[in-house]
Amino acid sequence: MLAHDAEILTRCELPIEVEDDVVVVRRKVKLLAQQRGFDAFATAGVTTATSELTRNVWMHARRGTAVIEEIIDDGRIGLRVELRDSGPGIPDVPRVLAGGYSTARSLGLGLSGSRRLVDELEIETEVGRGTTVRMVKWTRF
Amino acid sequence: MAKGSIPILRVGPNLLVTVHIDLHDVVAEAFQEDVLTELEKRRAPGLVIDISGLDIVDTYVARILSETGRMARLMGTETVVVGMRPDVAATLIRMGYTMEGVNTALNVDDGIETLASIAARRRTP
Repeated sequence: MLAHDAEILTRCELPIEVEDDVVVVRRKVKLLAQQRGFDAFATAGVTTATSELTRNVWMHARRGTAVIEEIIDDGRIGLRVELRDSGPGIPDVPRVLAGGYSTARSLGLGLSGSRRLVDELEIETEVGRGTTVRMVKWTRF
Repeated sequence: MAKGSIPILRVGPNLLVTVHIDLHDVVAEAFQEDVLTELEKRRAPGLVIDISGLDIVDTYVARILSETGRMARLMGTETVVVGMRPDVAATLIRMGYTMEGVNTALNVDDGIETLASIAARRRTP
């Protein structure tokens, strides 16, 4: 897992069951980012990445779970966001991460774009079983 | 009667739409249809979409705005998206997004000026 040595300060699990949950999840991330002193750009980055990935869950799997953690590692504070679903999975991860891979209703920038907005991002996926995406954004010093 | 919940105002010959709620599937389609219907009804030469109230614009919302601009352009109307916050602009570009089909301006006043200069260019070949 990303930042597996980090100590978890708080943990919050939110269901993704209706479209409005995309807003609920990203609002929570935004609030935590602001409370932890992320600047406006870093806050927008991690919040937008969360919005993209949560919307992916909604669009492709219709339901899933968001786990939002405040973590500390070697004095650094970070937000770790995990989105998991039991949806169709991603057949070609490298292609998706390269960007431009587009399904009917997305632009294909969700995953590749999100990776550019956070410090670390990892994907576990199996076709027919589901997808888990984890990302970490650290506060700047 | 508008289907969506986003008010459409007239400013001179142009239309002004202020987006301040989160656009999602249902609202987004109603938004596009309302705007296009009003453009035709009012014979508006230009459309200003004010997004200064949006603190997050993900690629989904950006696509809706860009699509609306391209739809309006097919009808012969120019669209100016105004009021994009600095952190929103930085985030979209970092993601690799390019918003096609719309002009942009800093605020509503600048947006209306942009529309006026586009209209003036069209009149003088």
